[in-house]
Amino acid sequence: MLELTRITAGYDRRAPVVRDVSLIVGHGEAVGLLGPSGCGKSTLAKVAALLHRPDAGTMTLDGTVVRGWRHRAPQEQRTAVGVVFQQPRLSADPRLSLRELIAQPLRSTGRRREVPARVAELAPLVGLSAELLERRPHAVSDGQLQRACLARALVLRPGLLICDEMTAMLDASTTAALVAVVEAYRAESGAALLAVGHDRVLLERWCDRTVRWGERNAESVPLG
Amino acid sequence: MTRDHAAAVLDVQNLSVRFRMRGGRDIAAVTGARFSVAPGECLALVGESGCGKSVLASALLGLLPANAQTTGSAVLGGDIDLLTAGERTLARTVRGRRIGLVPQSPAAHLTPVRTVRAQLEETLRELTGVRGAAAVREAAARASFPADHLDRYPHELSGGLAQRAATALALIGDAPLLLADEPTTGLDRDLVERTVDELRRHTDEGRALLIITHDLAAAERIADRVAVMYAGRIVEIADAGPFFGAPGPRHPYAKGLLDALPERDFAPIPGMPPELGALPDGCAFAARCTRADARCTTERPAFDDGLACHHGLTGRASHSLTKAAADA
Ligand code: SF4
Repeated sequence: MLELTRITAGYDRRAPVVRDVSLIVGHGEAVGLLGPSGCGKSTLAKVAALLHRPDAGTMTLDGTVVRGWRHRAPQEQRTAVGVVFQQPRLSADPRLSLRELIAQPLRSTGRRREVPARVAELAPLVGLSAELLERRPHAVSDGQLQRACLARALVLRPGLLICDEMTAMLDASTTAALVAVVEAYRAESGAALLAVGHDRVLLERWCDRTVRWGERNAESVPLG
Repeated sequence: MTRDHAAAVLDVQNLSVRFRMRGGRDIAAVTGARFSVAPGECLALVGESGCGKSVLASALLGLLPANAQTTGSAVLGGDIDLLTAGERTLARTVRGRRIGLVPQSPAAHLTPVRTVRAQLEETLRELTGVRGAAAVREAAARASFPADHLDRYPHELSGGLAQRAATALALIGDAPLLLADEPTTGLDRDLVERTVDELRRHTDEGRALLIITHDLAAAERIADRVAVMYAGRIVEIADAGPFFGAPGPRHPYAKGLLDALPERDFAPIPGMPPELGALPDGCAFAARCTRADARCTTERPAFDDGLACHHGLTGRASHSLTKAAADA
């Protein structure tokens, strides 16, 4: 589903935070990428989510080589990947209600008509009541906002879901609840998962296999 | 649960915090909290985000917004009530001197444009009057902050070193109470363990430590006692050993939280906590509790003998997190 080959990426070409890293996520597979904070794994997740252009290396998504990132990515590739980040408040427009937040990807791809049905379908799955859907981010807890961000990531039914420290700020019960939502979606859709995090116990319980960042990436041995 | 009120570094009685919202609505952020922390003891206050634990910490530091009203008492060292002391006293004699704050995001807590050395120097001068490079090195060493990193700026430090720098600052005033607000958020497991082990060391030197966290593994590693908060109330206070090990927690919510851990059942508690502005009449957990009956939905359980539940669990077999992880 996802193939990252010898990716080098970062914010300063002289000091890339990702150096020559390779990683494979098979169809329907759940891979946990485990590493300490600040190691560059989030940057790799952004590359995989088509949000950050690498300096070198190749990426294929469902067999097609990726040629553009961010707004240069073709729509069918962009919509094939859903992503959830660690801090919901940084990735949620504070002016939107949770309902509008969830619907955002549908609107921006011209599928406005599907909004009511799709939001009605997703809200109960992530545990958001009709009343919560009308609130704005400042009026809900981190856990509630992250539920909305997960629904947003699923709204286009992506074939690949990327969760970058999705639960790092959340309590045990909310963590288990959100992971259950992801797994229910994967079971029904066959989607693949790249879960990036620092919690070994969590990723090992959640994913089919986990790969460690540290040791191997310097030697450009494939991580998968 | 207070063992000895007189000996407690911090003794909190019936602490409540209300926020007055526009339109006259009231938010009951904290209700009737009662606990104490003794010298050499660590109490972990656990619960999910929005349960009121951070508001409680802010109340102790006098850092609540203007629309907050507090009632009850929080007596520090037997002689000063933090809730009525007033900003002048808190700023001059309490924060830093009698309560050392280990912050949630050390990188944000440190001043970005000044080196660690400059910040330690300033805090030393302010709190102890001591100057000089030797004192700075000593202050850094107490929190295991490496001397060869003293001339770095906060953004040049790793998460772990930033946490140590912030801890070094918190320790300077030799405060008898350390208050750590989510000190391990976002840290890797190794760093979490190192951070809490160091906090434990400072506790063992005779300080009292109140750690506020949603990280149950960190709480298990460090705490002597655990207080579980739900919807603004402390619903259980227990010794850490039996709580995390056998017989396990007595409150159904606390049991649900532990069972949700990936090293245990990884099963969420269904539903979500109620709004603090619209708490139900009975037990706030009733809508999510498998043991709830008619009494639970009408009569709010009083906090008595360390538990606020009409049908507390007893003698549930359970095993410790560390053991479960080792078995896995
Ligand atoms: S009082 Fe009743 S509803 Fe509340 S936790 Fe106890 S058993 Fe459950």
